[in-house]
Amino acid sequence: MAGTLAEKVWDAHIVRRGTDGAPDLLYIDLHLVHEVTSPQAFEGLRLAGRPVRRPDLTIATEDHNTPTLDIDRPIADVTSRTQIQTLRNNAAEFGVRLHSLGDADQGIVHQVGPQLGLTMPGLTVVCGDSHTSTHGAFGALAFGIGTSEVEHVLATQTLPLAPFKTMAITVDGELPTGATSKDIILAIIAKIGTGGGQGYVLEYRGEAIRALSMEARMTICNMSIEAGARAGMIAPDETTFEYLKGRPHAPEGADWDEAVEYWKTLRSDDDAQFDAEVVLRAADLEPFVTWGTNPGQGLPLSANVPVPAEIADADERQTAERAIEYMGLTPGMPLREIAVDTVFIGSCTNGRIEDLRSVAKLIKGRTKAESVRVLVVPASARVRLQAEAEGLDRIFLDFGAEWRNAGCSMCLGMNPDQLAPGERSASTSNRNFEGRQGKGGRTHLVSPLVAAATAIRGTLSSVSDLGPDVVAPDGSPLDDLQLV
Amino acid sequence: MEKFTQHTGVGVPLRRSNVDTDQIIPAVYLKRVTRTGFEDALFAAWRGDPEFVLNQPAYTSGSVLVAGPDFGTGSSREHAVWALKDYGFKVVVSARFADIFRGNSGKQGLLAAQASQEDIELIWKILETRPGTEVTVDLQSRTIVCDDVVVPFQVDDYTRWRLLEGLDDIGLTLQHEGDITEFEKSRAGWRPKTLPAKHLPPVEIQAARPVGVPVDLGPTHTV
Repeated sequence: MAGTLAEKVWDAHIVRRGTDGAPDLLYIDLHLVHEVTSPQAFEGLRLAGRPVRRPDLTIATEDHNTPTLDIDRPIADVTSRTQIQTLRNNAAEFGVRLHSLGDADQGIVHQVGPQLGLTMPGLTVVCGDSHTSTHGAFGALAFGIGTSEVEHVLATQTLPLAPFKTMAITVDGELPTGATSKDIILAIIAKIGTGGGQGYVLEYRGEAIRALSMEARMTICNMSIEAGARAGMIAPDETTFEYLKGRPHAPEGADWDEAVEYWKTLRSDDDAQFDAEVVLRAADLEPFVTWGTNPGQGLPLSANVPVPAEIADADERQTAERAIEYMGLTPGMPLREIAVDTVFIGSCTNGRIEDLRSVAKLIKGRTKAESVRVLVVPASARVRLQAEAEGLDRIFLDFGAEWRNAGCSMCLGMNPDQLAPGERSASTSNRNFEGRQGKGGRTHLVSPLVAAATAIRGTLSSVSDLGPDVVAPDGSPLDDLQLV
Repeated sequence: MEKFTQHTGVGVPLRRSNVDTDQIIPAVYLKRVTRTGFEDALFAAWRGDPEFVLNQPAYTSGSVLVAGPDFGTGSSREHAVWALKDYGFKVVVSARFADIFRGNSGKQGLLAAQASQEDIELIWKILETRPGTEVTVDLQSRTIVCDDVVVPFQVDDYTRWRLLEGLDDIGLTLQHEGDITEFEKSRAGWRPKTLPAKHLPPVEIQAARPVGVPVDLGPTHTV
């Protein structure tokens, strides 16, 4: 029978098929662990006297709580320090590989898996973190789980799961200049809503998706969860294989050939049936920004803040009113006139080397708007090293930005990187919830290119606002800025 | 998980409805890293009140909580179940439970026994008239015995079976350990292993400093 990509990966992992409505028992290939959602899971194992079944399929890193300054000194916040120390103790006790703060392989868990070559097509990947959907960019079935499930996977390397529904999201055509994969996913979420993906695994396909780099694909899959979906996937292709080849844990020799041969079968059959389908035209897309307090409240940058009085649906009107009030905006004002205090470039959504390169390209030879604080936080220590090897750190510092150590940082403000009450950010991260980046903080989600243009001008801006002569100060063609 | 067949302990009448999980355990306690030791956090907002039922000596050692309807609504925090268990509760009786709370209870071996509100009123009267009265909850026969009152309760068959057998989700899955081991034999060799660890050579990571502190960029790093 014809199958979708998600169904093929699912079927290849069934340890025991559920009968009479009982869930299927699925094997988990890769379990990523971090300090926040794992302490009680390890404690549970300890209380039950159970070992970690497969330490060799488990890897841990410190990311949510880690400071991005002074990492060679003790962590000031006691709660954060305790959570990190607990992970270190648990990793040592249970024999789990851990990349700690200061280690070259430390970083956000969703960057560490791919950069080590551990994330591969056709795997099942789980982590106690909703943005685990990132790994779907490789054609893996990857999803976030709760603490009890973390313990379940540690103990059994399996999870009992009820099957998902499948949704095909096709993005046809070519992206216009200045639009990026972040704009694709923000547009998708605005279209289907924050609950539109509930119960589904999304499969992104079409010409515009095929043209994207791995980093750009990760950005899209990362935010699947913001549409309510359990996971997002993209079928693997030459771009995927190219990214993986030669990475530390990538298969070698005959294993590589066998793997690639299998990976090439991981695509939805032409006659596969999806439970739902959505189609977008890439050519219609332009830089997207959010104006409200959920990722579905986004609009093209050229639009105005919605006017609640013009919204017919009472619930929607009230939601918009509340969001506009929290965000401190005036109904009907052009989005381009919104001035920000902070620009945050980083996170598991947009803290990768390509993101940093595109930002550096745009800001090289310029200085930031005086009123704006600019934070650049690489997704991992390796990304930081790579950026420094390419001289990007100098460009950021000359621009007036802060060049930080790796971690989740201001995406969720569990460490000291937070917005002050009332402060406004343009952020390349994934959630604009009330207080997400700090109590009372106001977040506009943007692409790295919009973040860079905004840092230059001080108000929400896109590449086109910089004028034709300033788009590429180093003389390089603008086309290079497209696919990030 | 321990097997649960029958439990006898002091009954605690909690005459409140809609006890949500924020009341069972406030968010401030969620930063902890342990799964045990939440007993002090249980009903934290009410524990300062001397009139609160658990502050009365006759009920302090209670292990069967008899609560009003819609117990465990709100946030999905598993900590609510942990706090009840850590305090010493083995059973919560209510006319209605929130779904997630009921699910979490089943995973953790806390019996969420659903009885009719009329029967709960009867039990409340006994427990309030004679504080410290013991209640016996029998899972085999699905009955609650309190003094001369015997009432039935409901719990779904699957959860009842798991509690009687002492099987948590993990225990249940491990019943099929043979299947897991068999599956593992068939996994292709190219599938990744995190151990032994492979990575690029270690490089010293420079600590970033706050703005205003001079940064020595040093020679350009090479990866």
